Amino acid sequence: MSVDIDTVKRVANLARIAVSNSEAEKMQGELNAILGFVEQLNEVDVDGVEPMTSVVDMKMKKRVDIVTDGSKADDIVANAPESEDHFFMVPKVIE
Amino acid sequence: MSDLTSLTIAEARNKLADKAIKAVELTDAYLAAIDQSNSSFNAYVAVTADKAREMAAQSDARIEAGEAGALEGIPLGIKDLYATEGVHTQACSHILDGFKPRYESTVTANLWADGAVMLGKLNMDEFAMGSSNEASTYGPVVNPWRAENSASDAALVPGGSSGGSASAVTARLCAAATASDTGGSIRQPAAFTGTVGIKPTYGRCSRWGMVAFASSLDQAGPITRDVRDAAIMLKSMASPDEKDTTCVDLPVPDYEAAIGGSVKGMKIGIPSEYRIDGMPDEIETLWQKGIAWLKDAGAEIVDISLPHTKYALPAYYIVAPAEASSNLARYDGVKYGLRVNGDDITDMYEKTRADGFGDEVKRRVMIGTYVLSAGYYDAYYLRAQKVRTLIKQDFETCFNNGVDMILTPATPSAAFAIGDEEMAADPVKMFLNDVFTVTVNMAGLPGIAVPAGLSKNGLPLGLQLIGRPFGEEALFQTAHVIEQAAGHFSPQKWW
Repeated sequence: MSVDIDTVKRVANLARIAVSNSEAEKMQGELNAILGFVEQLNEVDVDGVEPMTSVVDMKMKKRVDIVTDGSKADDIVANAPESEDHFFMVPKVIE
Repeated sequence: MSDLTSLTIAEARNKLADKAIKAVELTDAYLAAIDQSNSSFNAYVAVTADKAREMAAQSDARIEAGEAGALEGIPLGIKDLYATEGVHTQACSHILDGFKPRYESTVTANLWADGAVMLGKLNMDEFAMGSSNEASTYGPVVNPWRAENSASDAALVPGGSSGGSASAVTARLCAAATASDTGGSIRQPAAFTGTVGIKPTYGRCSRWGMVAFASSLDQAGPITRDVRDAAIMLKSMASPDEKDTTCVDLPVPDYEAAIGGSVKGMKIGIPSEYRIDGMPDEIETLWQKGIAWLKDAGAEIVDISLPHTKYALPAYYIVAPAEASSNLARYDGVKYGLRVNGDDITDMYEKTRADGFGDEVKRRVMIGTYVLSAGYYDAYYLRAQKVRTLIKQDFETCFNNGVDMILTPATPSAAFAIGDEEMAADPVKMFLNDVFTVTVNMAGLPGIAVPAGLSKNGLPLGLQLIGRPFGEEALFQTAHVIEQAAGHFSPQKWW
């Protein structure tokens, strides 16, 4: 499978990465090279094979459902580009 | 002072315990070396000199009080993807500009609890995506090794993504370094610099506080000057951790105690599929030397087959980007790091990510987004995860047949030049660096790279040992046998 320029732009939009036309053209070649490389997986017979979900046999750890952490609003917003009163500030999203 | 930096961790530990040297002297020697020659390598992206001196002084006090930890007073470099409280942590990405976490990763917290001293943060490929350390927002790292008999004296890459770690250990700008490995990022740079690097079994080290690349593949591990130091470092780095549900609740063995043990009667598998087309003769020769050393030490050598080997790299380039596209969605210009303002919130996201991510990261996020997008998930991601099951089964079959360990080359070549045009022009060519290491991540197994010889141009080459799940002790034991036979390799000092 290979991707056309419109697909590159659609994927960039899904990935929330702004791309110019010339960047999209460059990416198209690179992505097609990678997609061409992974094409060889189609040779493998995967009938009846379970997809891997965990690489090491282990039971999911569980813990008691109680509060173990919190009250760290200062820490959480400390690195924000813009914050006010413990809120992250973003451009207006609702008119 | 300068020969203090030539001590291994084990040697420094003994001198500190005997009070022949002080921790502050040792730390000062490293800080002086960094000051003098970091500009030759670009290994450190942040040096924490004041903090290092403070930690070293505390180490001296603890040694005096008879309360020394396992790594008391040992100066370490930390890969920039470990969260270190109040200290530069950017995974060498522009998008994390200015990020100083309010918390400490479990692995580094374990090291400090054992008395280690932090010298600073080490350069790496952005978000650990790369095999040459050329994809860092801080620029490439230089390998302390230089090719002999080469027409150009072009600077060489130290490998990647843990290139800063490998270069700093080789140039003696730290006693040892933390690193991380998603497809070979510890073992390939270790092989390129004549150092030792181990990626432990998935789940052995906590991933809490490590900047995530591909969560089902990422593992922490050290890069060190010899096998014993790697055992000492891993013992301190590994631990169970409530904060990482994929971190196992198994006690951490005393890895150092395994060193010196005999490999007599051990069954070492040699996989025919690792003899790849176009592999240079010197890699095959190195491999044969490794086989001979282990045979001489009493190990039994057996031919094995890992039939799905060739599919590991293509499956990796679906699984890893898919997980990365999800993990890297958090960089949106809202919570931390860079923000580039836009007309509305979507425009802000898109501009921030376009400006903040480098080309390699964008490529992988794009691939990951594509293979997970509606209509393609089954064809790519689901198929790759099935192939991954087959890769793991290949190893299990060998281990079930009594094979204790597998010996392979670590890399298909020695270090290449910074700015290599063929690599730069073809992303797939760069991926091939990891052809021998990536299978190990796909199967969650432990793997160690140990220096074994020099190329015809006088550059270090490494061998890789792959173990059973949680078979790190056997890896240290066997790697030490190879190290004893091969000797140690250091570059000629030009800096």
